[in-house]
Amino acid sequence: MIAEILIVACLAVGSFFNILGIIGLLRFPDVYTRMHATTKMTTFGSVFTALAVIIYGVTAYLDSVNSQYAVLAIHTLIAAVALAFTNALGSHAIARGAHRAGIKPVQAVVDRLEEVGP
Amino acid sequence: MIAFLVTFLLVFFIYLLLTAGSGSVGFWSASELIAGAGLGIVVAGITRKFLCRSDNYRMTNPLRFLLIPVYILGPFLIEVTVANIDVAMRVITGRIRPGILRVSSGMKTDLGIFMLANSITLTPGTITVDIDEETNDLFVHKINVTADEEGKTVTPARELFSFADIPAWIRRIAE
Repeated sequence: MIAEILIVACLAVGSFFNILGIIGLLRFPDVYTRMHATTKMTTFGSVFTALAVIIYGVTAYLDSVNSQYAVLAIHTLIAAVALAFTNALGSHAIARGAHRAGIKPVQAVVDRLEEVGP
Repeated sequence: MIAFLVTFLLVFFIYLLLTAGSGSVGFWSASELIAGAGLGIVVAGITRKFLCRSDNYRMTNPLRFLLIPVYILGPFLIEVTVANIDVAMRVITGRIRPGILRVSSGMKTDLGIFMLANSITLTPGTITVDIDEETNDLFVHKINVTADEEGKTVTPARELFSFADIPAWIRRIAE
């Protein structure tokens, strides 16, 4: 019973942050600020969705002692860790590539990287 | 030799994670254990020079290794949650003041820089754009630059985070 409430709560939080990430993609002005919304908030949301799956897997394993549920939980955990890692590396690569390609941050009050030069 | 052993153990451990629940020897079947060990030897033989490139085995200390999950589930998770709610508010209200800051990291090793840059990138509101490899300074795009930060030439890494002292944690783990 508690597990069900937790699963629904995790799914709700995950969907909420994913939706806000998409709204941010439409609202923000340039590639850097959009990346704040899309890459970080959707990762946070997806990790919560994965957490719901893990809770489901663990409770189902404890109920039935069928190892396929444990496998589900472990694989989802690996997927969440991989998601967090690839997200950090990927968004850094996109930001660096964008700045090297000469895209200036819109509305920026300060740009210390521009002062240093390429 | 140590590099080979470290890579082998890591590969074997990941293989065991992926095949858990396959049989009767603990969680694993005997054939999976043998296949994992064989694959581990082959992969470790090929890639040992990549994983242990710096010839620095500080991270093989299990205490440092176990600090990583504590760090991720403790101070880092709190930071990410707080920053997520902050950026969520900015998405709704549209109040942003972006800019790229120069951040002094204070890290000396490659692993320390790597972990700090990734922690900054994973925290919403800040993205590491580039690294000055001579001084180990990071260039960080921040969604909400305060007037105080705008005036400073170099911002300490500690000031990017609100509650926990993330750079001190990373120094404890990686240096």
